[in-house]
Amino acid sequence: MIDFANVRTITGKELRDGLRNRWFIVFTVAFAGLALALSSLMQPGGIRPALMSYSRTTASLINLVLLFVPLIGLTLGSANLSGDRETGALVYLLAQPVSRVEVLLGKYLGMAGALFATLTLGFGVAGVALALQGSINDAGGYLLTVLLAYLLALAMLSLGFLMSTLAQKTAAALGGALFLWLFLVFIGDLGIMGTAITMQLPIEAVFLIAVLNPLQMFKIASILTIQANLEVLGPAGLYATDQFGGLLLPLLLLGLVIWMVLPLLGAVVLFARQEKFTQKGSAR
Amino acid sequence: MITATNLSKRYGNNLALDQVSFTIQAGESVALWGANGAGKTTTLRCLLGLQGFDGDLSVNGLDVRRSSKAARAAIGYVPQETVFYDMTITETLHFYARLKKVSADRIPAALEQVQLTGHAAKRVSMLSGGMKQRLALAVALLADPPILVLDEPTANLDVKAQRDFIHAIQTLNQSGKTIVFSSHRLDEVVALASRVLVLTDGRLTLDCQPNELAHKLGLHRWLRIWVPAQHRDDSLRVLNEQGFVLMPNGHSVYVQVNLGAKIAPLRSLELARIPVEDFDFVDGDFVEGSHD
Repeated sequence: MIDFANVRTITGKELRDGLRNRWFIVFTVAFAGLALALSSLMQPGGIRPALMSYSRTTASLINLVLLFVPLIGLTLGSANLSGDRETGALVYLLAQPVSRVEVLLGKYLGMAGALFATLTLGFGVAGVALALQGSINDAGGYLLTVLLAYLLALAMLSLGFLMSTLAQKTAAALGGALFLWLFLVFIGDLGIMGTAITMQLPIEAVFLIAVLNPLQMFKIASILTIQANLEVLGPAGLYATDQFGGLLLPLLLLGLVIWMVLPLLGAVVLFARQEKFTQKGSAR
Repeated sequence: MITATNLSKRYGNNLALDQVSFTIQAGESVALWGANGAGKTTTLRCLLGLQGFDGDLSVNGLDVRRSSKAARAAIGYVPQETVFYDMTITETLHFYARLKKVSADRIPAALEQVQLTGHAAKRVSMLSGGMKQRLALAVALLADPPILVLDEPTANLDVKAQRDFIHAIQTLNQSGKTIVFSSHRLDEVVALASRVLVLTDGRLTLDCQPNELAHKLGLHRWLRIWVPAQHRDDSLRVLNEQGFVLMPNGHSVYVQVNLGAKIAPLRSLELARIPVEDFDFVDGDFVEGSHD
């Protein structure tokens, strides 16, 4: 039985810690600054119509999210439990009348709140800039992109927490998180392209392999929020549009939710069984 | 109050606890004694439900395996070195009070109890080791639990902080709290415990009174004595004749002494009219010899 009062208490503490964390502040400032710069730079000064500049800004923000959000979510998630385990704070917390599920959920939700604050500030700054320039023609689409970014952040945080339960040391958890970030952002794409070319995979296989990556799910779903089809993605995009039609966006949203839930469940199961806790100066 | 029956714990191939059974009555103060790796901390963590185990364990009438959270609610825990989150003392107490379902009204009394009232606004990172242990004790006492579990609570404290902390625990025991603590400091065990459980390689090898411990375990310590150079040979002869175990070292001599007889070599030298320039105990705790 989960005591949600305990979850709320731990969430509040984690949120405060997260917002005071210097890396969070650096990420937030960098993300908001780049979002603002993109929204300003994409304004054509009369060369292009405002409608096009809006789509271009959103597309640029999508690329920014694809780089930043996985990095923040994975690194901060992976450092959370492992960091507390390494200092000995975790064993002291678990010695209180709380369950492990409450601790993990509380920490997860607290970090998620801090991540939402970062994304809201970044998208908010860019959105205000676009609104002031009169470039937002589809606020709903913009908000849907923000929602997708939230989902991606939660999925990455779940993977980070899974890393955090798997690794005993913070350095190992962070190393794993950075490798996963590299894999998802760069190596995964290159791998799919290479495999598709060398093995001459059919287009549906290429598409299915691509959407196993949550970043690709976010990218495709985000593109669908600013244009009706996926021509920009080439044959795989056309195949997806033809095959799934209007179901594609809900399916991609569901996929991101699954990427959020499954690693978190894995982290809960592993954390509930864990018995190795460091405590400064302790002896068995 | 606490009953362990055939408590066993294995880490891979290593048997950390092997069929340990004991009962602790309400109001007792029980020390877990043993070298590093003997199983003291493992036993305490089993009591807290922090790790799985074989056998049966009940705390305050609760089966720890089935109701670990409720069992923890009956325990106030003070670790060897408490690591708090980066908050002020007041924020820390509010945080743990909420987890323990205790009204914030209890916080001023808890602060007063450990004499931290004047430091309430300080950040925990600014506190000394002794103050952190007092804060850990305040957190442990927030819900007024019947049992206190302490894992080598004075290991990292200076002499004065150790004395103050031991006095605080004595007072709590006198007020009716059941105390279970691990230690390898004989002075602490003698001062605090009403009973000692000796763990050796995960097995319970002795259950005795604190004043029997040194004798039963053959505990000893090294006393270093400085005598003038011209009396050195005489001092070695006298101490040898009295049956002391000796280790001559330059102008000094190391003499093995037992608890309750630490002054014996100095008395022997005094009777032999050999002047003693200085003496000191060699750093470190009592060393376990052979069992009786």
